[in-house]
Parts: sequence; C-alpha cells; structure tokens
Amino acid sequence: MKNIPISALVGLFFTALYFLAAIFAPLLAPYGMAEVVGDVWEPSSAEFLLGTDNIGRDLLSRIIYGGRTTIFIATVATILSFTTGSVLGIFAAVAGGWVDQLLSRFVDLLMSIPTLIFALVVLSVTPVTVPMLILVMGLLDSTRVFRLARAVAVDIEVMDFVEAARLRGERTAWIIFREILPNALSPLVAEMGLRFIFMVLFVSTLSFLGLGVQPPEADWGGIVKENKDGIVYGIPAALIPAFAIATLAISVNLVADWVLNRTTSLKGGRG
Amino acid sequence: MSEPILKVRNLKIGATVYPPGEKPHDIEIVHGVSFDLERGKVLGLIGESGAGKSTIGLASMAYGRGGVEITGGEVWVNGRDILQSKMRDIRKLRGGEVTYVSQSAAASFNPARSIMEQVIEASVEQGKFSKRDAEARARLLFDKLGLPDPDNIGRRYPHQVSGGQLQRCMTALALCPEPDLVVFDEPTTALDVTTQIDVLMAIKEAIRDTGVAALYITHDLAVVAQVSDDIMVLRHGETVEYGPVHQIINEPQEEYTQALVSVRSIDHEEKAPTEEPVLSVRNISARYKGTKFDVLHSVNVDLYPGQTLAVVGESGSGKSTLARVITGLLPPREGEISFAGRTLSADFNTRTREDLRELQMIYQMADVAMNPRQTVGTIIGRPLEFYFGLRGAEKRQRIIELLDEIELGEGFMDRYPAELSGGQKQRVCIARALAAKPKVIICDEVTSALDPLVADGILKLLLNLQKIEDVAYLFITHDLATVRAISDNIAVMYKGKVQRYGAKSQVLSPPFDDYTDLLLSSVPEMKIGWLEEVIANRKMESAGN
Repeated sequence: MKNIPISALVGLFFTALYFLAAIFAPLLAPYGMAEVVGDVWEPSSAEFLLGTDNIGRDLLSRIIYGGRTTIFIATVATILSFTTGSVLGIFAAVAGGWVDQLLSRFVDLLMSIPTLIFALVVLSVTPVTVPMLILVMGLLDSTRVFRLARAVAVDIEVMDFVEAARLRGERTAWIIFREILPNALSPLVAEMGLRFIFMVLFVSTLSFLGLGVQPPEADWGGIVKENKDGIVYGIPAALIPAFAIATLAISVNLVADWVLNRTTSLKGGRG
Repeated sequence: MSEPILKVRNLKIGATVYPPGEKPHDIEIVHGVSFDLERGKVLGLIGESGAGKSTIGLASMAYGRGGVEITGGEVWVNGRDILQSKMRDIRKLRGGEVTYVSQSAAASFNPARSIMEQVIEASVEQGKFSKRDAEARARLLFDKLGLPDPDNIGRRYPHQVSGGQLQRCMTALALCPEPDLVVFDEPTTALDVTTQIDVLMAIKEAIRDTGVAALYITHDLAVVAQVSDDIMVLRHGETVEYGPVHQIINEPQEEYTQALVSVRSIDHEEKAPTEEPVLSVRNISARYKGTKFDVLHSVNVDLYPGQTLAVVGESGSGKSTLARVITGLLPPREGEISFAGRTLSADFNTRTREDLRELQMIYQMADVAMNPRQTVGTIIGRPLEFYFGLRGAEKRQRIIELLDEIELGEGFMDRYPAELSGGQKQRVCIARALAAKPKVIICDEVTSALDPLVADGILKLLLNLQKIEDVAYLFITHDLATVRAISDNIAVMYKGKVQRYGAKSQVLSPPFDDYTDLLLSSVPEMKIGWLEEVIANRKMESAGN
C-alpha cells in the first residue's frame, strides 16, 4: 500500500468516513431518525447542527440514517450485479456459440430500454420494499457488468493456458473461477467503484421520484424530495443530501481511478 | 585511417525498474561500451536477450526506448557528439543521417498507407529529396533489393506483400534518405529460414552498393558472420569480445563466445522404429471452419514409443494445424488418428480422461501457457490432483520430484510465472506436461522463442527426460538444427503435404527433393562466405518470393 497518490488518499479518507458513519449511525446520530424534535425548517444551531427538516426532524440525524440506507442498498445491489454480471459474462465467453449469442442478445435487449424507465415500470407493479429495490437495481445493472466481463474474458479465453486447461479436461466451473476470473479481477474491481456510484445515484433518483425507499425511512434521495419546496424560501435543507451524494461520488471515483491506473500499468507483465 | 562515422565511447545506459512489491530503483543496463564504425563497414552486435544490444543500437540515434535513459559516455556521429546535441539537431539526424530497420516490419508499417508513401516520408520530410526524386530513388532501391515489379510495388499496401518482401521494403525505407549509418535490429529473426537468406543477401548487397555503415543486431552468430566485418559479443551490457569476424568465428578467445560458436553440439543417435507406433495419423485432411480449402492434405505419419518425430516446415506449411488436429482442437475433415491401439475421438470434448492425460502439449510461448495468477506449485500440482487425485503431502512430494527433474528444485514452488526467466518458464511447462505421465508430448516450437544457449539446455533436458520417462515427442519446429539434435524420424511438410518422411539419417541424406534441399541449405552455417555459396547453388525459389 505504498505510493498512494494524494487524490486517492483523500478519496479513501472520505469514503471510509461515509461508510463508518453508515455503520455506526445509531451511535453518531444525536436524535432518532423519525423523531420530531423542533419546528419546521429551523436554521442550524448548537442544538440542531444542520437545522431541521420539513416536519421538524433533526436533519443531521436524517442524513446519517439516510446515508446508511442509501449506502447499504447501493452496496448490496452492486455485489448482486457483479456476481451475476461477471459470472454470466465469463460463462458466455467460455461457452461461446449459441449460449453466448443467447445471453448477449438478451442483454442487448435489456440495455435497449432506458434503465430508469424500466425500473419505474417494474417497481410500480411490484411492492416497493428494500429487497425488491436491491433485486431490480442489481439485475438491471448486471447487464453493464456482463458486457465488461465478457469483453475481458474473451481476451483471456484465447490464451494458451486456458487451452491447456481445456485439453486437460477441466470443467467449465474451473475454467471460469480458477483460470479466467483471477485474471479478470483487476478491471472488474476498478469498474465496481464506478458502478457503486451509479447505484447511489440510481437509488436516490428512485426515492426522489417516490418509488424508492418509502417514508418514514430516510435516504438521501428521499430527503431531497421532502425538502425541495424549501429551496423556494431560501432554505438549504435539500442541498445537504445532494452535497453528501456529490462528495461520496467524487471520493469513490478518486479511489476507482487509482485502482484502474494500477491495473493498467500492470497490463504488461500481469505480476 | 579515416574518421569513423560512428564512434561510441564508454556508453552507459540506465533504466528505472518497478519490481512488484518493491521501491522503484535505477539500474544500469549497459556498462561502458566503446566501438568505432567506419564508412562501408558492418559491425555485428550479438548477444542473448537482455544483453543490451538493441539498446545500444537505439542509443546511436540518441534514443532510449520506454524509460531507458543514456546516463553517460559519448556517441559521435560524423564528428558530433549527439548526446550533447539539441533536440532540433537530433531530429535532423534521425531518419536522415541515421536510420533504423526494426525486427517486425509488419508491426512497423502503417497498414493504412501505401508502401511508397512510407518509404519516402523521411527523405522528403528531411528535405533531402523532392517527392519525385525520392520516388525514383525508392524504385531503384526496390530493384536493388530484388523486389518483384519494382516500379509498381510501392503502390501496394503492407498487407499485400509477404513478410520477407515487407522486410526488404523497410530496408529500402532506411536506405532512401542516403543515410551514413543504418541500424538493423534483428531484421531477419521473424522470417522463415528460406526467406531469411533472400533478405540477408539483399541487405548485404545494398550495404555494399550504397557504401553506408551499418550496425547489425542479432542473436544468431551464424547470421552475423555472413554480413559483418567486425563483431562485438555482448553479455549483460558489457563487451565480452570485440574483433574482426574471422577471429570471432574461427578463434574465439572468451569462453562465452566459444559456447556461442559451438552451440547445438547435442549428439543424438537415432533409434530404430520399434514394435507398434503409439500415435498413428492416417490420411488426415483438415480445413478451418468457414474456409473452402484444405490446410492439410492426406497426412500420414507414425510416432513410436519413446522416440521423437520432428515435423519441419516453414510458416504456413500446416505443421501447427497438424498439432491442433491431433489434440482434438480442430476435428479433421477426413482420416483418423489411432493412439496406443485405440482410435481417438476427433473432438477433444468427447475424449476420455485417459486419452487427454496420455497426450500432453507444450507451447511455444511459455509466458501465455501458464496462468499468471497461479504459483509454479499450483501449475504443476493441478494435473497431479486432476488425474491422480493426489493431495497434501503426497502431492507436494511429487511436485518436488518433478521440479528436481527439470533442474529447478523446491525453491521455485511458490514463485509466480512473472518471476521466472524464459527458459525456466518453459521448464515449468515441461514439468506440467510430465506430471500427467503422458505417453506422447506434442512440442510446438518450444525452443524458438528462447536464446540459443537456453534452447540448448531445454533440448538436452527433453532428451534426458525421454530416457527417464520413456515418453514420445511430436516435435514441431522450423529449425533444422533443432531437428538434427533431437529427432529419430522426420516429416518435412510443405503446403499442407508431407513432402519427405522417414528416419533421420534417410531424410537428411541425399538425394534430396528440391524443397528439402532448399530448407536444408538455408540453415545459416557458422562459416564466412556461406551465404554466397548457397545462393549460387540454389535449385528453387523460396515460398516467400
């Protein structure tokens, strides 16, 4: 872990900060999540560090709890999208032929529909619960991962060591998990950071549109929605979750950039 | 004595390395090399990979490739120290006074532009000739270099000429601006032996006729003996020996040079065919998917237990395709293969595990034949686990035995392929094949990516292992010296057919058919004046022409 550039250090620091805040939310938040503790849209004070929201709940507590929900959903959805996307992507590359055609064309079909609209349609006919949200987001996003994993795996698949494994009589599972996946991991991990940010934005968008996390549960998109009317009166409450989303996005990106740089510089001699 | 065109004094070149898991640090790769080169003379730089020969060649254009930096010494070109020159003057020098011919012409030409445009580009850019004069000169050079249809070949694109022709086009490119010095960096290494001769002859005549000085970089001493006046032997960035060509070839002083001169000293007595063949290829014809012509035409060969069958031919002769058919990667159009008394299924997917185990393969490029994320222990251990169900201490014991057999030892078990040298990598691949206890190993050009001395070691190891393990080799190669060293039977392939087949002594003794004769006579010999002799006695043109 030597020679980390400053930008990556800054990114790592803020990412860690947000994740720790999410994990220890009940310890850090001064008030309860849905507790009405003051007047509507109070300005920031010693009592309420960031002021209160549209019905008098402490905004700082809402942001901390909201971050927990947002980050949790985004993380689990990213993991889901990566497991399905990369396993199917590598499988398509290894299997080739009609299996590859079938999977790839199906993915093309899904990708031809704008993700947000697709998600809105699905969520409007199914009960909007957290597991459902994660499932829809994860599966929709796995199409992107599928494309990347397949592209990387196709390059690795033609290498002699994969041919050697096949001639040995190895099963497809061994070829996917032992021969190809370890070599495809670096670009996939770098991509993971970017996809995580898309997930954060995605869940926030859905909540803002009312089809994401349902009140009284807090999440960043939802908080923006609740307080958006305040902007007209010069009340900044809606901008604070927006700021949180932006800083998290930037810091995770800084880390992802660094990982990506490291992997590309390794390309020559995959050490 | 006239002033030399190129005068190198105490040249030192360094680079920064980034070893995984360590701090980047500077190393010196060329430690103070000095030489002189006069007009009309050719200096051969020779050494193994990593000896610094290409680096020195590029330094004579004041250039360091990829992170390489010239750290000390002097390089005088036409009486100027170019290491002290301004960038503007150096730009004038490159492509004008000093030009460069690289190893792979195919990778160096821009596929989107015609050959003529690229050949005259530097001359016109440098203001040496007008476009019209440069084109006229290029046509003259095409003619001199023996290219077909010199007036029109320039209009073609790089993919429309053969590899050997493209290499000559590149020589024309280098000679076009009337340089004082040309750096040839392994110009014939990527070519077939028969094509190599034509290119060598063309280069030699062009150097003689234009009177330039040339640096000729190669790892093949026999090649350099044909074109050079002086030879400098390099090792680990230091001069081992430097002298006139006849002295280096006939009376080498240093031990290392002697080893280079006497390389391929393996003596292998051919064994008489015994009992039943272990592998028998019957009437195999094959074509690639989606094509309409056969790349193999009714091939018949036999391999006997514990012996070596060498399959020789130029690129495109179908020898690697034959290996793909035998391994089941390319099911044949017709014919069958019998292996240890049973008929092999055409597709490897439907072969039994026993068939797969007994027929192993070693690849040309050892670096891509091993998973870079697995340790040597895992790579060798997997076949043991897979075929014999060995686990834990038992498996470990067997891996150590195998590592000892390939002369590496237990210490290599936890290393990754990136931490091995080229020769060591190939040894690990051999161990992986042996781990399966095969009856037959297919060796596909296993030594052609290695330096001569290292390749020699691998061949000796293979012969030794054949005695111990009683394994048969199907040895695919384009190199006749290797064939002489290792084979019991030989099949010469030409355009998908077996041209000549039989015991080594029989195939390698006259009377020859024209193709075998061409192939045999094209192997460079370490004899001065050999090139002219061969050209004079040739019976047929090489396929690359």
